[in-house]
Amino acid sequence: MFETKSGIFLIAGLGMFALAFLSNGLVPWLMYTNLPEKTVEELIVEQANDPERARSVLTEFRDLHDRYPEAFARYYGEPTVESCAVALREGRRVYVAEGCWHCHSQFVRPVSNEEPRWGPVARSWEFQNELQKPVLFGTRRVGPDLSREGGRHSNDWHVVHFFQPRWTSPDSVMPEYPWFFDGSTHEGPGAPNRRGIAIITYMQWLGSWLKQYPHYHQTEALWPRGIQ
Amino acid sequence: MTQDSSTASQRAAPLVDERLVLWYFVAALVYFAVSLLGGLLMAAQLVHHNPLRGIEFFSPGRWRMIHTNAVAYGFIANAFLGALHWSIPRLTMKPVLDARLSWFIFAAWQVVVVATAGGILAGQAQALEWGETPVWVDPLAQAGLLLVAINFLGPIVRTPGPLYVSLWYFMAAFVWTFLTYAMGNFLPQYFVPGTGGGAIAGMFIHDLVGLFVTPIGWGLMYYFVPILLQKPIWSHGLSLVGFWGLAFFYPLTGIHHFLYTPIPMFLQYGSVVSTIAVEFVVTTVIINFLGTVWGSSGEVWRSLPLRWFYTGMLFYFVTCLQCALQVTLTFQALIHFTDWVVGHAHLVMFGVFGFWILGYMTYLFPRLLRTDWVSPALCEWHFGLSAGGMLVMFTDLVLAGIFQGFSWAALLPWEDSLRTSIPFWYVRLASGLAIIVGQVCFAVNIWWTYQAARRRAAAEPTLAPAE
Repeated sequence: MFETKSGIFLIAGLGMFALAFLSNGLVPWLMYTNLPEKTVEELIVEQANDPERARSVLTEFRDLHDRYPEAFARYYGEPTVESCAVALREGRRVYVAEGCWHCHSQFVRPVSNEEPRWGPVARSWEFQNELQKPVLFGTRRVGPDLSREGGRHSNDWHVVHFFQPRWTSPDSVMPEYPWFFDGSTHEGPGAPNRRGIAIITYMQWLGSWLKQYPHYHQTEALWPRGIQ
Repeated sequence: MTQDSSTASQRAAPLVDERLVLWYFVAALVYFAVSLLGGLLMAAQLVHHNPLRGIEFFSPGRWRMIHTNAVAYGFIANAFLGALHWSIPRLTMKPVLDARLSWFIFAAWQVVVVATAGGILAGQAQALEWGETPVWVDPLAQAGLLLVAINFLGPIVRTPGPLYVSLWYFMAAFVWTFLTYAMGNFLPQYFVPGTGGGAIAGMFIHDLVGLFVTPIGWGLMYYFVPILLQKPIWSHGLSLVGFWGLAFFYPLTGIHHFLYTPIPMFLQYGSVVSTIAVEFVVTTVIINFLGTVWGSSGEVWRSLPLRWFYTGMLFYFVTCLQCALQVTLTFQALIHFTDWVVGHAHLVMFGVFGFWILGYMTYLFPRLLRTDWVSPALCEWHFGLSAGGMLVMFTDLVLAGIFQGFSWAALLPWEDSLRTSIPFWYVRLASGLAIIVGQVCFAVNIWWTYQAARRRAAAEPTLAPAE
């Protein structure tokens, strides 16, 4: 059995793979079937209709419309739930395509002082939606975790940051993304284009599902004076 | 030593398509070069010296994905396929199922790799780590893996059992690679969102290492090491422990890539325990290979291929020991998300499997070209720069990871971790450059040897090289 073709093919090849898949793949898959996968439209409407909230991702999307009316009209028309959904799907595509997820994680751990730095620890329901298929947990943090990034910075800040990260964050090692903008000069970025509006909307979406949105850093109070 | 074995390979000539092996090796080295350039670009970006900044098709984020995919599907897969075409017909004494199919697979696989690179550059990456192959490439790659399995299982199935150790690993790897690729590329993409999909994606990341690269890598060691040492593997019992231990424990470890995520803790604990178990299994395999070389250890110094192999095994032991420690939740709290893991990944992929590949290439190129290496000195430089560069890069990144982890846990401003990392990233850039120079030595040596082989073939037409 241990050295025969059938033993190796059936037991090691198929059997042990199946054992691992059933226990480590199928079990978590079935465990979350009580949390149905939400569409982007459902996510947007859910938070926009929440009476306890002052802001939602639509607030930021409308703000982009107000700041860059011509570019916005050209690429997304009016700021509606539908156009916001288009921007979020495109934003996720850009986030994946540019490899953002290889330097930024999207989950907060319950250890290593992550809660005061980033915000509430990640929970399963946060990931049961179309924009987390496949999930973008990430495995490396060269830059900060982004799962509570939404609303922390203004749309203007993001425009400058994507155009030239070191203008807003002098020590940043993040690459520049001039192809997110139309009509840029050496002086500064032009208006965000289709991809630019999309990635900024996606940034503002991250964490917008939490009741406290935006969730600001709390670390300033914790830094011992003088260590910096 | 080349004289003896060149007669041996002539005897085996009808079994093995040596031109195909040579083409696979050349393809592997071309993609390896592409991958090294991608790594260089990212390393330069991290120290604020990217010369190609602001150009969409040279974006470091995209080249980071090309770097890893070119290693997995370009360098390692091609180098393995070449070595499998060399070893499986010798182990079974039968040619592969169909020689035309072999060449079709070769061409088709290059299409898959080039399409992957082109798709990633064009912004079509899939959100699956190590499987960023665009979604439209996935069915092609899946079909390619099926053809590879059929082509090689042909001679294996027709061989009367019980099989030699290498063939256990190869046979299982053909099944596992096919299943792993299907599981990872289709389930999280189309069927399983969120946390459940994350568990499957974690299994994909690790199974690609553990069920594709590791079994073929070890299977080739079980083939090449006894041949080079001219003696059998020390303990057949330990070989059995190593194979079946890997088959049982390795597939269960995948979730350790996502510890402290919302994936249920009982599954996280399970993956931690399995990972530590893998370390014990690995130790039996290492002991078996040390037992094999016992009494002939001078050969490891004299024979460059053996030196590559045993250095790789030493690194394998280091990396697996590191794995057993870093997988614990205590270590994870500190080192997850840091360069510690990046150092670990480089040691596994280049320091172990890359070294084994370069080792058997060092052994096989003279046999494929029917000419000794033109410059043994360049072979030594290749090894020295690779091993030195790898050791420095690993130590440097592991240390950087510890500093980064403590900086984050201490709630210092994020920028503090970047300022702390920059000196380490300069050292990493330097060590990467040393590795690149080493590979340039290898490429130059291959070219010189190829030229020498052609000159020799022109003088003695009966000794035509396999080109």
